[in-house]
Amino acid sequence: MNAKQKDVVATIAINVIVATVVGILFFLLAYILISGLPHVSWSFLTGTTDSFSGAGGIGVQLFNSFYLLILTMLISIPISLGAGIYLAEYAKDNWRTHLIRSAIEVLSSLPSVVVGLFGFLLFVVQFKIGFSVISGAIALTFFNLPLLTRNIEESLSAVPRNQREAGLSLGMSKWKTEIGIILPVALPGIVTGIVLSAGRVFGEAAALIYTAGQSAPVTNFADWNPMDAASPLNPLRPAETLAVHIWKVNTEGLASNAAQLSAAASAVLIIAVLLFNLGARVLGNYLYRRVTASK
Amino acid sequence: MEQTNSEFKQDGAPTSQDWARQLHHATRASREDWFGRGISYLCIGVIILVVASMLWFITSKGMATFTQNHVNLWQFLSGTNWAPDQGHIGALPMIVGSFAVTFAAALVATPFAVGTAIFMTEIAPNKGRKFLQPVIELLVGIPSVVYGFIGLAVVVPFMRHLVGGSGFGIISATFVLFVMVLPTITTMTVDSLRSVPRFYKEASLALGATRWQTVSKVILRAATPGILTAIIFGMARAFGEALAVQMVIGNAAVMPKNLISPAATLTSQLTTGIGDTIDGTLPSNALWSLALILLLMSLFFNALVRLIAKRGQLSHER
Repeated sequence: MNAKQKDVVATIAINVIVATVVGILFFLLAYILISGLPHVSWSFLTGTTDSFSGAGGIGVQLFNSFYLLILTMLISIPISLGAGIYLAEYAKDNWRTHLIRSAIEVLSSLPSVVVGLFGFLLFVVQFKIGFSVISGAIALTFFNLPLLTRNIEESLSAVPRNQREAGLSLGMSKWKTEIGIILPVALPGIVTGIVLSAGRVFGEAAALIYTAGQSAPVTNFADWNPMDAASPLNPLRPAETLAVHIWKVNTEGLASNAAQLSAAASAVLIIAVLLFNLGARVLGNYLYRRVTASK
Repeated sequence: MEQTNSEFKQDGAPTSQDWARQLHHATRASREDWFGRGISYLCIGVIILVVASMLWFITSKGMATFTQNHVNLWQFLSGTNWAPDQGHIGALPMIVGSFAVTFAAALVATPFAVGTAIFMTEIAPNKGRKFLQPVIELLVGIPSVVYGFIGLAVVVPFMRHLVGGSGFGIISATFVLFVMVLPTITTMTVDSLRSVPRFYKEASLALGATRWQTVSKVILRAATPGILTAIIFGMARAFGEALAVQMVIGNAAVMPKNLISPAATLTSQLTTGIGDTIDGTLPSNALWSLALILLLMSLFFNALVRLIAKRGQLSHER
């Protein structure tokens, strides 16, 4: 076989590989949507789960997923914003900054089950809060912080240096320059990163099994006082999310139609994650146009 | 500024002392800066605290098996009998299981990932950017429980049909992990292929080399450190993946005899076990020791990536 023939063979082989990869993805999506969507109905999306068999609707789980997502974002966005500003603006290039960067890298490379176990150890065992929304939200924050911080730092660092100099030369403080000038310019990148991380958080289950728990007590959706035990907003109640529900139904569930249930729940989860991904793109582009005044 | 002006008015004409005070006094801008600095230091402090306490808590919990229950470390690592209730804690089955699925998944995924990356950068860059990039991003976005569910609903029955047995086992876990690490390895390989200087490729083509010769002898060589990093990242993800693996591997804490018998990994054992144990007892401590192994492996993968990055830099400078 001469060089040209080898080239042809290699090209064909690579095309086959790519076709396989694309095929796998389409099979995955088609399988979930085709086997799941027919079972998705309004009553499925809003119904309650039978706590023994795991059969029934996913209304509470869906609410829990969104509630946890919002709480997680409320905690993690300010912290990672501050940390991102520190790394982009105040950190000097010395051993301390290297150490901090390594620590963030370590946190981002930790398996999510380890993060979940740490949350379990801290909140359930040590502080005795029990399986609760707040434990889950903080565990998800740990899991979310490194990626969000890195994203914010990168977006801030990508802003041209002369914008900083312009702010500083007007006599503004570094902080005001950062908040008033740099942050708005970096906003499209930051928002894209936040929405993408929201998709990740929404689908995360391993970190939640032992922090937010695996039970979804029926809540009274007419009661919006966060202090009441039956209120959906109560941060101390256990909250099984949609992703955890899929895992639970498949491993411990006694529902006779477990496969249908999890297919339908997976379809809902996938669609939500797809919407997050799409939303990240659309919102990022929109904000970019608004901020930069380009068409 | 307004404040200082009013100060002057009260005192009448500014004296040299006033000037001195104003010059030595913090301005509003510098007060703002202290405030901002404080906030950002606080935030980074929180993150450092989280990392430090995570490492400390899991290490101290994981060491309790050896310090409090006086289990021999070597017996723990080499023992094959896992029955913590009866005091037998040999973690080798889980360690072997974890490494087996990790290496197998990386072995299967690497040719696919590198092939896809070559397609995206060298063969059809346009199609690659417009079509494959979103496909890969989609694969990254699919939650791991969904992979686990598909493994359970499709891969396990398929394996049962193909080779008999229950269908649960290392091979099913490998299949699921292969799809999960594929996008990780592909994206990072694409990055490293793109960072190969353009003139390497041009020089090779100008010498009359075919595209495949250029790719295999020049571009892949130059990108080797980056590709290795990509594979290690993929392996780290496979090693730490819990639920998807737990759903298809069968969860039997015994030494895997072959690829199609039920087995267990560190993560699957942790997921199934930790809720049922009482804190402070041997079964609980033994599980924390598994978590410690997981943590150390994650640190090891991290260190490996750094080492390769350093070496890669050196070889480029030479």
